[in-house]
Amino acid sequence: MGAYLVRRFGLMLLTLFGISVIIFVLLRVVPGNIVDILFDSAGMVNPAEKVKIEKELGLDLPIPQQYAAWIGGLVHGDLGYSYVSEKPAIAEIAPRIPVTAKLAAMALAFSVLIGVPFGVISAVRQNSAADYVLRVLSLSGLSLPSFWLGLLMLMGFVAWFGDMPIYTEPPATLWDELLLYAAPAAAVGFRSSALVMRLTRSSMLEVLRQDYIRTARSKGASASSVNYHHALRNAMLPVVTVIGLEAAFLIGGLIVTETVFNIPGVARFLVEAIRTRDYPIVQNLVMFIAVVVVVVNFIVDMLYAVLDPRIRYSG
Amino acid sequence: MDTHDPMPPVLDVAGLRTMFFTRQGLLRAVDDVSFSVARGEVLAVVGESGCGKSITALSIMRLVPSPPGRIVGGSVTLDGRDLLKLDEAQMRGVRGNEMSMIFQEPMTSLNPVLTVGSQISEAIRLHQDLSRAAAADKAVEMLRRVKIPEPAQRAREFPHQLSGGMRQRAMIAMALACNPKVLIADEPTTALDVTIQAQILELILRLQQDLGTAVILITHDLGVVAETAQRVIVMYAGRKIEEADVGALFAEPLHPYTHGLLASVPRLAIMSGQVQAAQERLQEIPGMVPPLTNLPTGCAFAPRCRFADAQCRAAFPPYTQPRRGHWVACWHSERLYGAGA
Ligand SMILES: Nc1ncnc2c1ncn2[C@@H]1O[C@H](COP(=O)(O)OP(=O)(O)OP(=O)(O)O)[C@@H](O)[C@H]1O
Ligand SMILES: [Mg+2]
Repeated sequence: MGAYLVRRFGLMLLTLFGISVIIFVLLRVVPGNIVDILFDSAGMVNPAEKVKIEKELGLDLPIPQQYAAWIGGLVHGDLGYSYVSEKPAIAEIAPRIPVTAKLAAMALAFSVLIGVPFGVISAVRQNSAADYVLRVLSLSGLSLPSFWLGLLMLMGFVAWFGDMPIYTEPPATLWDELLLYAAPAAAVGFRSSALVMRLTRSSMLEVLRQDYIRTARSKGASASSVNYHHALRNAMLPVVTVIGLEAAFLIGGLIVTETVFNIPGVARFLVEAIRTRDYPIVQNLVMFIAVVVVVVNFIVDMLYAVLDPRIRYSG
Repeated sequence: MDTHDPMPPVLDVAGLRTMFFTRQGLLRAVDDVSFSVARGEVLAVVGESGCGKSITALSIMRLVPSPPGRIVGGSVTLDGRDLLKLDEAQMRGVRGNEMSMIFQEPMTSLNPVLTVGSQISEAIRLHQDLSRAAAADKAVEMLRRVKIPEPAQRAREFPHQLSGGMRQRAMIAMALACNPKVLIADEPTTALDVTIQAQILELILRLQQDLGTAVILITHDLGVVAETAQRVIVMYAGRKIEEADVGALFAEPLHPYTHGLLASVPRLAIMSGQVQAAQERLQEIPGMVPPLTNLPTGCAFAPRCRFADAQCRAAFPPYTQPRRGHWVACWHSERLYGAGA
């Protein structure tokens, strides 16, 4: 277990390093920088001025040097300044994180709490009416993009109830917050729940065919003990992996959904920052998202070891 | 059916039929099989691969995979109660308690994410009103009884940490934990190393004698039959074709199929455990078992049988008892009287 943990942790650091390089280089390769955009919108170009600003922002330095400066800053907790607002990047990013984190957590909870139980039901009642309905629903979940589902939900709410909770100011109570985020979280989580459900179903069906399930039944265990105590834990192994991978898709889904539902989270902010080539914001935000995804996958690996003794003991 | 035993049998199977409803059609996996097992007896079931031995066992336990399988007829009477008439909850009270089963594949028959001890104590707690701690102690005690070294340590381990032989011992411990009246062992040694096979078999026999459990031992291995069983039934294509005391069967097989199985194998070789020759002989009978979805009317062995005639192809023969306690389903078994093996 110890060796496994250390190996996974090392792999996580390596991944983060790779990601940081890719983010940085990709961002510099995209044509146009903040200066171009500023001058574009001003409608005039003064080359001397342009060079001066680029120098101020450090954009004239070779890319490796810029990279080193960024990472050096990161290590000291200095994320630089937003080009647009000229405030410290950390001050811009930090307050938006809880919003997105809550939304993401709700979406993930939605996908697991819907996906796993319905996946189990679908498998246990294979080929029943319930199974067919669930399978059609999950297929639709996989084929509906979250932003479109979000729009449908918005329109549906307004058409039927004439109104829906929408973000205008920070919610006052936990209940308000739940209400506010329920629709966007469902819009984003629906896709993952569909995926989790299908995977839980196929994984359960596979596990239910195993010899040890027959053994459990042969000693007189009840159907629910067989399904939940004996089968589900084995069936969850591949599902847990996919939930980790889904974390990345979830954030992708949030980017558009935050825009659709007008929620001031990091995801929507990221889109704005990309539009203005606000490098400090973009690279730090993307890096932050990468850290979240990688850490989630690290947790998933740990969970995997908890669930599967074969991994725990093989070191 | 069994007239030479005054005690009522602990298990009586009568007219058992199990079918699979498959895409290829109706598959008669078990067709009108009857036999009984006396208290403390070892009954062997032999026959070629696919002849329905495992499905017979699973039918008795009511564990036939469904769909596609279903028990369509017959009765399974355990100590006077017809198991086929019980509801599922009552049947759960029988499985693992009054009757339990061990399987061919020790490597995959234990749950990989649960400790060996917890899987055994689960079997105990399902049927006995014991605390967790008491059941755990009893699980360790059972592991000791099946001669697993350091049982307390092993109980805390997971199946992948045990060898195949150890896992099969753990399965035996689990099956016998509630002291069942009947133990069904479906080829319990086939997947194991030859050296381990004898130990496992010996263990089953010793515990069987200590506890007075009746055992249905399914095997391919005629040597095992000779060493362990008192009675034997021979199956072919889903049917029982012959049943006899082990000595009688080896001395004077009355079905041409059984005769074929035994013919070229010197009885002494079987009795002394030189079973390789006997196993090879299984493949030596010319022809193949017909697919169970497409059985000929009449005797399924007819296409391979040197005595077969129009009558054999027209109708399945009735069971006759040419010798006391020796049953056979063959129109021409008299031709083998006194022929020996
Ligand atoms: N789940 C299933 N679906 C359809 N047919 C099945 C199923 N399980 C078994 N059968 C069929 O039932 C027949 C009897 O199978 P069974 O497992 O009882 O054979 P067996 O005598 O135990 O053979 P072996 O010695 O190989 O274990 C076979 O023809 C097999 O193809
Ligand atoms: Mg079998």
